[in-house]
Amino acid sequence: MSSSENNNNKLRSLRMTTWEGCSVLLDINDGDRLVFARLYPAAKLKIGNKNCSLQPLIGCPFGTVFQLDTSSDNGPFLSPFQPQGNVNNTEVIKDGQFQAESKDGQLNGESKDNRSLIDNNTSQSLTGEDIEDMRRQGAKGNEIIEALIANSATFDKKTSFSQEKYRLKKQKKYAPKVLIRRPVARSICEAYFKKYPLKIGFLRVDTLSLLLSMANVSSNSDILVVDMVGGLLTGAVAERLGGTGFVCNSYPGQAPSMDIVRIFNLSDEICKRIVRSSISDLLSQKESPQQNPKHDVGSVESQSNDQMCASVSMEEISHSSENGTSDLGAENNTFPALRACKAIKAGEKASQEIIDSWKENGFSSLIIAAPDSDTWTLVKDLLPLLSNSAPFAIYHQYLQPLATCMHNLQLEKMAIGLQITEPWLREYQVLPSRTHPFMQMSAFGGYILSGTKICSNC
Amino acid sequence: MLASHPEKRISFNRLIRNGDLVIVYERHDNMKAVTVSEGSVLQNRFGVFKHSDWIGKPFGSKVFSSKGGFVYLLAPTPELWTLVLSHRTQILYIADISFVIMYLEIVPGCLVLESGTGSGSLTTSLARAVAPTGHVYTFDFHEQRSASARDDFERTGLSNLISCGVRDIQGVGFPDEFTGLADSVFLDLPQPWLAIPSAAKMLKQDGTLCSFSPCIEQVQRSCDVLQSRFTDIRTFEVLLRTYEIREGQMESFRGDDNGSNGSIPCKRRQCSDGNYVLSNPTSSSVMVRPCGEARGHTGYLTFARLKCFT
Repeated sequence: MSSSENNNNKLRSLRMTTWEGCSVLLDINDGDRLVFARLYPAAKLKIGNKNCSLQPLIGCPFGTVFQLDTSSDNGPFLSPFQPQGNVNNTEVIKDGQFQAESKDGQLNGESKDNRSLIDNNTSQSLTGEDIEDMRRQGAKGNEIIEALIANSATFDKKTSFSQEKYRLKKQKKYAPKVLIRRPVARSICEAYFKKYPLKIGFLRVDTLSLLLSMANVSSNSDILVVDMVGGLLTGAVAERLGGTGFVCNSYPGQAPSMDIVRIFNLSDEICKRIVRSSISDLLSQKESPQQNPKHDVGSVESQSNDQMCASVSMEEISHSSENGTSDLGAENNTFPALRACKAIKAGEKASQEIIDSWKENGFSSLIIAAPDSDTWTLVKDLLPLLSNSAPFAIYHQYLQPLATCMHNLQLEKMAIGLQITEPWLREYQVLPSRTHPFMQMSAFGGYILSGTKICSNC
Repeated sequence: MLASHPEKRISFNRLIRNGDLVIVYERHDNMKAVTVSEGSVLQNRFGVFKHSDWIGKPFGSKVFSSKGGFVYLLAPTPELWTLVLSHRTQILYIADISFVIMYLEIVPGCLVLESGTGSGSLTTSLARAVAPTGHVYTFDFHEQRSASARDDFERTGLSNLISCGVRDIQGVGFPDEFTGLADSVFLDLPQPWLAIPSAAKMLKQDGTLCSFSPCIEQVQRSCDVLQSRFTDIRTFEVLLRTYEIREGQMESFRGDDNGSNGSIPCKRRQCSDGNYVLSNPTSSSVMVRPCGEARGHTGYLTFARLKCFT
């Protein structure tokens, strides 16, 4: 293996093409459905009512778009999508937006409107049976769409914008597209926030990014985290550490789930830097290791391992209403849990040696995202574990626990630079002469309490 | 500023030394970067502080002046640096900075191109994100500004992660030597659309680009140009709302409060003279409200990903 390959392997998240066993985020029809999957030759993905192999995706560059097609002999299959840029100027559809409208004159010259459209369900002369016939004869998705347009009595009367919409709607149904996205903190957080926000405590991507900045997450630092958001925070911190320093996932009581860590394509080098420890172990005196009887520790560990295996299969996070519940099980069957479990061994118990070194030197910073724990109780215990002048950032979806915590930190003179902030994120539609904020937005991404620990004895 | 080695990081045992860069904290809105120098003093409204008193103290210490005033000495971080650096240009602040780094998917080992360098606020955070193995190449057409930024990176100990170039990126594009090597490109230019074709050339397949523009007209033109080579084009605005807290005792009146004429409840904490009764006289509560003023606009962030051809 060449040295550059070695280097790539070490920082696996920088690899540009997929590999066998790689974790991917499949973005189906511009975000309509988001599926985390592991690419094995036997892996199958169900789109609509068709089951297709993920084999063609192995070895492809991230960012490749596939289209679902059906061949008359082999059934449904995914093939790389070839954009048909110059068919006509309303053909190209990208990112769910309509590109060709910028053509000069089209906008001003538009004379059509919706006055003659009547919703009586008679404008399409092709029947479901006709379409099935076409399919059986091996018609490509795009050909079906063209046929639907040719047989639509009203298509020509539509404005060019609604023609685009019509085309896009049909494309999603008859020629669905699958985009391979890199599973990184950004895409994972966005996917969960969109489809399954409860699991990540409603932590929005901009809030997560602020936590990482405010806690000065940088290489060679030892970051203490309390992650009750499924492992998203731990994974995001580990990604930023890039195989240096440590992220210590600490917890009160039972070890929480870290499922999401496995979705990141973290190299072994990076995984080794993710360790776990109960808060009581971190707080216990250095001199009294007998407080943690060995057999007790072992049982806790195996328990948490079982937990990891049980929930290891990449979950499908999609609106089940749209896809049917059978879809949910599809991937669970394809990926043997043990295999994935072996691939990543993140979250080993922190050794006594490393815990002792943290007691000696202190952690570089602290991040808490524990929606159901009392903030002040955690902070009171954990802040003294930070080295002097260490920054910290605490996430909560409610304001009051942070306000109380901030007040107590002020009273106890434990920290300075205390601030509660709430990010506000707005996305814009940018189109010629039609630029405006999106009609729908996330109105809330959580609150952050940040500050810097000060020296207690000086 | 960054620990190039695990042993060099701030710890319980790492004490302030002669030559260290410290952030002198008076208040959350009043900080200053100072390089500790044995014989020097710091003078501010709290009095005169001798640097020699600081040496040997841990970071995070409270230190006193001759007059008994005090400040805190903090270890520098990119966030604190953003608050203390000298503004040679308009700078990016934490909300935009954090979002840019997350959205560009910058991780250790990345090669990042930036233009312009400006005051180096974002550059400092970019360097933290690519460390220890990546590199930031930042360009500004203003020679003196670029030199000042280079001095700053020297001072913050980031010069091994950042290279400053003097170059008109809008005019001549990024240097050819980076063709196809950049993981991410960041543009903060008056006419970003002029630099986009060059940025596309520099990026690796599936590489990410961000353009920061204060005006929507700039965004409009940039997005037009991005269409041909990029996908996933998305424009955001990110702002922060800050909150202030206060411990308050809210009185509620009960019974015959005919003597009350709407005076401020806070001033009546000790009142217990029969005219009105505190419903819950012992407990006080922490109250929160948004701060009255905020930064209402910084700029629009447009992100895009280089199209992938198979």
